[in-house]
Amino acid sequence: MRKAFIQELTKLAAEDKRIMLLTADLGFTVVESFAERHPDRFINAGVAEQNMVGVATGLAASGFIPFLYATVAFAALRAYEFIRNGPVLHKLPVRIIGIGEGFDYGYAGVTHFGLEDIGVMRIQEGMAVVVPADIAQAVNALKKTWDMPGPVYYRIGKTDGEDIGNLKGRFKSGSIECIDKGSDCLFVCMGGIAAEALAAAQKLKARGIGSRVVIVSGFNPSPARELAAVLKKFPFVITVEEHFTTGGLGSFVAEIIAENKIPCRLIRRGISDFSNERLGDKLFMNKKYKLTADDFVKTALQAIKTMRNGL
Amino acid sequence: MKQSKKANVGHIGCALSVADIIAALYGSVLRIKNPEDEKRDRFILSKGHAALALYAALFLRRWLDEEEINSYCSDDTSLGVHPVHTLRGVDFSSGSLGHGLSFGAGCALAAKMKKQSYRTFVLISDAELNEGSVWEAVMFASHHKLSNLIVVVDLNGQQATGYTKEVLDLNPLNEKFKAFGWDTHIVNGHDVELIADTADNLDLKNGRPHVIIAKTVFGKGVSFMENKIKWHYWPMSDAEYKSALREIRQA
Repeated sequence: MRKAFIQELTKLAAEDKRIMLLTADLGFTVVESFAERHPDRFINAGVAEQNMVGVATGLAASGFIPFLYATVAFAALRAYEFIRNGPVLHKLPVRIIGIGEGFDYGYAGVTHFGLEDIGVMRIQEGMAVVVPADIAQAVNALKKTWDMPGPVYYRIGKTDGEDIGNLKGRFKSGSIECIDKGSDCLFVCMGGIAAEALAAAQKLKARGIGSRVVIVSGFNPSPARELAAVLKKFPFVITVEEHFTTGGLGSFVAEIIAENKIPCRLIRRGISDFSNERLGDKLFMNKKYKLTADDFVKTALQAIKTMRNGL
Repeated sequence: MKQSKKANVGHIGCALSVADIIAALYGSVLRIKNPEDEKRDRFILSKGHAALALYAALFLRRWLDEEEINSYCSDDTSLGVHPVHTLRGVDFSSGSLGHGLSFGAGCALAAKMKKQSYRTFVLISDAELNEGSVWEAVMFASHHKLSNLIVVVDLNGQQATGYTKEVLDLNPLNEKFKAFGWDTHIVNGHDVELIADTADNLDLKNGRPHVIIAKTVFGKGVSFMENKIKWHYWPMSDAEYKSALREIRQA
């Protein structure tokens, strides 16, 4: 996903001279296309994320639109207070590209995992958060958000991931996208893991269970109203995210359910009881934390059984 | 003084230590016809806790009116202990130490890229140099040859709860900046003319960013405050206020 995103950014930068790309010495084989085409607007800021955000804030205050490239944890967390007191507080068009959803970095280990970035970013009012589910949506979301007046945080997959066929790249700020129109089971997902929820929906369909898969691809503006309307139609919802179950999408849905008194039981699937002792690639890690289509099928069947028993 | 007393908040010692630096900058150095001018010199008070001195300058430039300055640290004011960018003439909201220099480096880099001739001044405190982010920015500015960037260090030797040499020693400071590739100047931070002369005669094309290390006296001008840690936070009693005013008027 990241290569396509930077390629699109490279194209946009040819049309708008305000666009810059800064990297915290990351993005080998990814950022070169931009660097070669726009060398005067590409800066490797070194391994210094706080300064990169601070410099970008000054650049944005002076008329530029700087995009900052770094691994999720470094982009979102190391420089978090600079983001809060910089582009958020000053309402400036700094764009932070956090690379790596959940366990994208696999063997690189816990320091590189993207586990809590959405939680910390979505609570900053004025920070638009964009979480594309596949390449086509990432490219379209960039086209629709690059010139917003305030700051934007993009969570971009390190790997290409699978295409969400029926999504066809649709993206609208503050909106949700519904895929499949089943009425027995509701999945609300965020990011590339939506592909697994869709696969689970296919497997459930073979058993005669219809699922609705809703993709949330951004916060601020909030998609709460549209989401509430869907939640009202289902007795339970399974939220799916490559993120801690606290703070991200699962918590967001909990807030909507509670605030709107919606009689919908919430089952959050994400990363919890995290332990960094045993490592593997993304698939191994997602299996370990029960983030596969088969796990979601089991969760859905269990929920349906529980509901039928009136528990 | 009056505002600090009325509001009963501290940080008066910090404001007094930079008052002469700010007087030099706003009195003659800074080229700012109006704060909205894109080509104006930038000024970032990175040591935001000295905002009272900045407010006084903004008031004298008539960007702050009397009613506003009289509301300092009272309810529904726009003038808090630390300055916010929504005030006319304030380029950056500060208060979190170690942030202003990165922002200033961004402004200076933008000027270079746009071939604009404005200068960016950043006033930082000596204790602020404890922050690692300052040194990230120091390296960045030198690497990108930002000789349109001028840092003034308020070297008063004190921080919130102790003397800098006891909390986290900064020495040798001049040599540190030199080692990072900066053009360094050491001045008496209470000699307004010298500060202004130094700032106006920097070589803005030599490729090196500039630091003016201004040796200052914390609580300058009020004998019982000078170099006393307690005046970082402490508000003045009635008697202390009267005595402080008398000293400053006589000076």
